[in-house]
Amino acid sequence: MKPINAEDVQRLIEEYAEKDLYLHLETTNGAYASHFDQSFFSASAYIRNANVQYKQGKIRGDGPYRVGLELPIGWIYGEGLTHYEVNQNGQFILAGLNQDGKIAVTLELSEQPFQYD
Amino acid sequence: MHDETHVLVIFPHPDDEAFGVSGTMAGQVAKGTPLTYACLTLGEMGRNVGNPPIATRESLRDIRERELLEAGKAMGLTDLRMMGFRDKTLEFLEDGVLESVVTDLVQELNPSVVISFYPEHGVHPDHDATAEAVKNALASMTKETRPRFWGVAITKDNPDVVYSIKPYIEQKIQTLKAHYSQFGATFPEHERLYREGNKEAVERLENERFHTFTFDDE
Repeated sequence: MKPINAEDVQRLIEEYAEKDLYLHLETTNGAYASHFDQSFFSASAYIRNANVQYKQGKIRGDGPYRVGLELPIGWIYGEGLTHYEVNQNGQFILAGLNQDGKIAVTLELSEQPFQYD
Repeated sequence: MHDETHVLVIFPHPDDEAFGVSGTMAGQVAKGTPLTYACLTLGEMGRNVGNPPIATRESLRDIRERELLEAGKAMGLTDLRMMGFRDKTLEFLEDGVLESVVTDLVQELNPSVVISFYPEHGVHPDHDATAEAVKNALASMTKETRPRFWGVAITKDNPDVVYSIKPYIEQKIQTLKAHYSQFGATFPEHERLYREGNKEAVERLENERFHTFTFDDE
């Protein structure tokens, strides 16, 4: 993954629009967050291989970035995005790495299902 | 280190053995004790991907699988099993699934001791789900046939089994280094302190601590 180039990511958002896609979307603060800081309210969410097709989308912000994708009847949204790549399997991967380089959020799109077994 | 007929180690993530148990594992292997390490997931949902990143959420699985194999080599393991569950999902599995994985392993291997996390003191939900499965599987055995259960407890003091694993410290350091995506950013500093003889680092790395779990019928 390399640091986000917003223009390139916008181009990729347009390239993946109006296709039948699989979505991986995840936020995480780590399983130890409340252990290290009892005042911390630990919350996260994760969905893997949801079927989606979006009409259009935008990348916004100056970094970390936000990405919003408009569905026919809804939205997909990710905040805190810092890095991206399209891997050899054609998976479009956006991730937000925190100050320590740890994953805080991922938003990934692929025409093939993400590995699940 | 106790004489064992077979040691069964069960952890949910590829690096769970590294800090707390890898010296004991290397030591038992060096003594010629048969040892099986069953790792339930490949830690594919880990947050550490190297800094700067060497992995993505999608490539982390293969990277951690390779790291686990390398760690196994560092400890001298000959029976390392990847059980194929998915990271961060263990507590949501259908009732009894994990317990039967443990039961099958125990029936096949007839271990004298099972090492895992200590029930309710693992902090991470996967740790606690694994510990619960081990506890339930062993609780259903008669006390005459039941192996001992040693748990690694993150939030419990006064362990009753403490090993100095100093003779196996190089194997342990190699094991920690093998999990590069997870510890590559932080372990070099630990190792430097250890090599300098820093008291806290020496104490932490050279001792491994276990709590013996007591079952209701014992």
